[in-house]
Amino acid sequence: MSTDSRLDTSKVATSNRTDAATASKPGPGASLATWADDRLGLATAMKKNLRKVFPDHWSFMLGEIALWSFVVLLLTGVFLTLWFNPSMGHVTYEGSYDQLRGIGMSESMASTLNISFDVRGGLLMRQMHHWAAMIFIASMMVHLLRVAFTGAYRKPRELNWVIGCILLLLGTLEGFTGYSLPDDLLSGTGVRAADGFLKATPVAGTYMSFLLFGGEFPGESIIPRLYIVHVLLIPGILLALIAAHMLLLVYHKHTQWPGPGRTEQNVVGYPMLPVYAAKAGGFFFMVFGVIALMGGLMSINPVWKFGPYDPTKVTAGSQPDWYMGWPDGLLRIMPSHMETVLFGYTISWNVLIPILLVPPLMLTVLILLPFLEGWVTGDKRDHHLLQRPRNAPTRTAVMVALMTFYGLAWAAGGNDIIAIKLHASINQITYFMRVAIFLGPLLAFWITRRWCISLQRHDNEKLLHGYETGIITRSPEGQYAERHLPINPKAAYTLTARDRDEVFTGAGDTDAAGVAAPNSRSERLRARLSRWMYSHNVQKPTAAELEEAHHHAEHEAELTAGLDHPVDGHQFDDHRLRDTDDVPLRDH
Amino acid sequence: MRVLNRTAGRLSRHRRGPLAGLVVLLLGLLISGSLYTALAPAQADSQASETEQVAQGKELFLASCAFCHGKNGEGMPTVREGYQIGPSLVGVGAAAVDFQVGTGRMPMASPGAQAPRKPVVFSQEEIDALAAYVASLGPGPAVPNESDYSIEGLSETEREEAISRGGQIFLTNCTACHNFNGNGGAMPRGGYAPSLHGVEGKYIFEALLTGPQNMPNFSNGNLSPDEKRDVIAYLGSIQDTPEYAGFSLGGLGPVSEGLFAWVLGIGGLVGAAVWIASHTTRSKKSKVSA
Repeated sequence: MSTDSRLDTSKVATSNRTDAATASKPGPGASLATWADDRLGLATAMKKNLRKVFPDHWSFMLGEIALWSFVVLLLTGVFLTLWFNPSMGHVTYEGSYDQLRGIGMSESMASTLNISFDVRGGLLMRQMHHWAAMIFIASMMVHLLRVAFTGAYRKPRELNWVIGCILLLLGTLEGFTGYSLPDDLLSGTGVRAADGFLKATPVAGTYMSFLLFGGEFPGESIIPRLYIVHVLLIPGILLALIAAHMLLLVYHKHTQWPGPGRTEQNVVGYPMLPVYAAKAGGFFFMVFGVIALMGGLMSINPVWKFGPYDPTKVTAGSQPDWYMGWPDGLLRIMPSHMETVLFGYTISWNVLIPILLVPPLMLTVLILLPFLEGWVTGDKRDHHLLQRPRNAPTRTAVMVALMTFYGLAWAAGGNDIIAIKLHASINQITYFMRVAIFLGPLLAFWITRRWCISLQRHDNEKLLHGYETGIITRSPEGQYAERHLPINPKAAYTLTARDRDEVFTGAGDTDAAGVAAPNSRSERLRARLSRWMYSHNVQKPTAAELEEAHHHAEHEAELTAGLDHPVDGHQFDDHRLRDTDDVPLRDH
Repeated sequence: MRVLNRTAGRLSRHRRGPLAGLVVLLLGLLISGSLYTALAPAQADSQASETEQVAQGKELFLASCAFCHGKNGEGMPTVREGYQIGPSLVGVGAAAVDFQVGTGRMPMASPGAQAPRKPVVFSQEEIDALAAYVASLGPGPAVPNESDYSIEGLSETEREEAISRGGQIFLTNCTACHNFNGNGGAMPRGGYAPSLHGVEGKYIFEALLTGPQNMPNFSNGNLSPDEKRDVIAYLGSIQDTPEYAGFSLGGLGPVSEGLFAWVLGIGGLVGAAVWIASHTTRSKKSKVSA
């Protein structure tokens, strides 16, 4: 470049060539990209999205397990449809499995046996499909828990939370319609139970059952109907909702943990290409691999042992797949005598409550959680920074209470297996569960909330007095004390990067003129809920408190000069790591 | 026929020979003698040994069983309704004794919801003696012969038919308690239907016949001996065939499958997520010096 700053000669060609300069021929990949870009305008669309930044944390990858297992479900599912025959037409089995040869069964059962024993790779595909379904729904649930525990469902992500809840419901229904298809003894028992649940609906029950089964149970329509719901209707809606879920994720941008340099306005992380494309792609193969291993090594739903469905038969251990287990558990612990006879019609509360009332109620509660919280806090701001579970003690405790309820109901669904494996009495397990289902969640709520508040106190201790070094000092008076050292500023920033909770006290019942305020009733309720949710929380220290604590610490440091290092062995703990400059807290 | 006629003709030629009378006499003596040896003394012998066996059985019974079942096997009446210490053994038959003692369930180590299977304390000879004694208390089902519960004597096709027929009988009558794979299930108040894996055919036959503990009694009237044999054949076949689908996970149905989906599936994949997230591209690597 010329030293003369007034004249910029850098753009002047220095060549003496006489022919025009041409670009060298692009490689085959680049020319293909150009070809596609000229026709599809990919560059514009990709320019932004390939550079899209995602924050890095293991818990942000739980939803990905669900996504990838869904891909496995689509792949294996397509394979299975090529041989499965969803018909209830009667045939005599003449395939490879000796024990059932010559036995009459439906075509769907016979084709399932054919896939299992006579189609190459069929059993592997069946088992992978089934394991992937179990993992699909399980990963949706752990993803849901992560979102709830970190407060990621707050504005602007409430609707994505609702979509997620509907995905969970649809996934469960998809699972039920899927495992009902083979028409084996276990699935037939499940369909029979579903028929009973429908019929327990007052007034409309029998009509609904006749509509679904095309007449009296079992009829000949249920399997083809469940099939079309399983392979077309629900997967279609699932795909659309998953697309919407992910588009909203891109639109909202991913949430991140607070830390130095991380704000509500930015996302700190790595770009889609090359980092996340590689990570997500790699994770797909790991999910695929785990499911393939499970499908190859672990038996699931051995229909040949159940044999074809026959209403006269049943087997011990007739449980639904795990995600339907908790309503089954509620059904199992429900006192069986709860029935009312009204004008000659029986209302079966013993089926109605555990199956038709509580599960929809739980789903409604789940969907409403972000809206309830938003209403109580009155918080209309966007939130992109996550909360640690301890910093929302009531929310965390509510989720743990719901989990406890779910877990107890779930365990009750396996009461017979628990009884034989732990040599316990099935009756006593049932009696225990009847009480625990009410007390357990309350106890879990209380313990979790106190635990969170204690952890908040601990954080404040660390901020004000530093961390425990392990050095015990003895004063001239003979008093022993453990020496504390201040945590590094980055860790301190991260710990204090949260809002103070504001307890809503209500606008007052009457205004200055003594006129009753509008909506005072709901406002009073809101104030009470706000007090209940936030008044126990420990707030972060103020700047003045921190200042004073540091001043005090400096004074003490002078007295014990030479001891401002942790005791031997602390070099390897995370305080040492957090002291290094380039590894902020929760970087990974 | 012609051969017979010819033989008869040849014999007939000698019937007036000088030694004919002697030969017939000797033959007669030989046949009647051997018949007597084969039948009569044996009866006398077994009569004696059976009495001995019953006596031996009674002694064993008084030492090991009478505490609960009474000195004459009449059972132990209790004050509380439905609370049984030792039921009467009159009419339970040798099969019940062979099952209960042969599988180690009796004598019980302690009272409880159910007598569990445990190491057998008596030798087969002693069990036979006990069975003989209990059988002498009143008529009851006898210990089955091996031909009753084995399909050894059947042809290949008959065996296959027996197995698939047995499977259907098993699914109709047994799986409700014993589970589709014969792995057992829970019964009320701490009772349980035990696992059928590795149980000898004889004991399954006897259990069907006598209905021990919580089990209903499948008399020969409602489940014929052949049908019982078929169930045993089916159970044998599902133990002999390989697990086509991999580890059976306890063969307990969806509960254990769900457990493995969570622990191995979700556990493993969350582990993978942690691993992927912890290996990240960094512009500079911090060095931790010890």
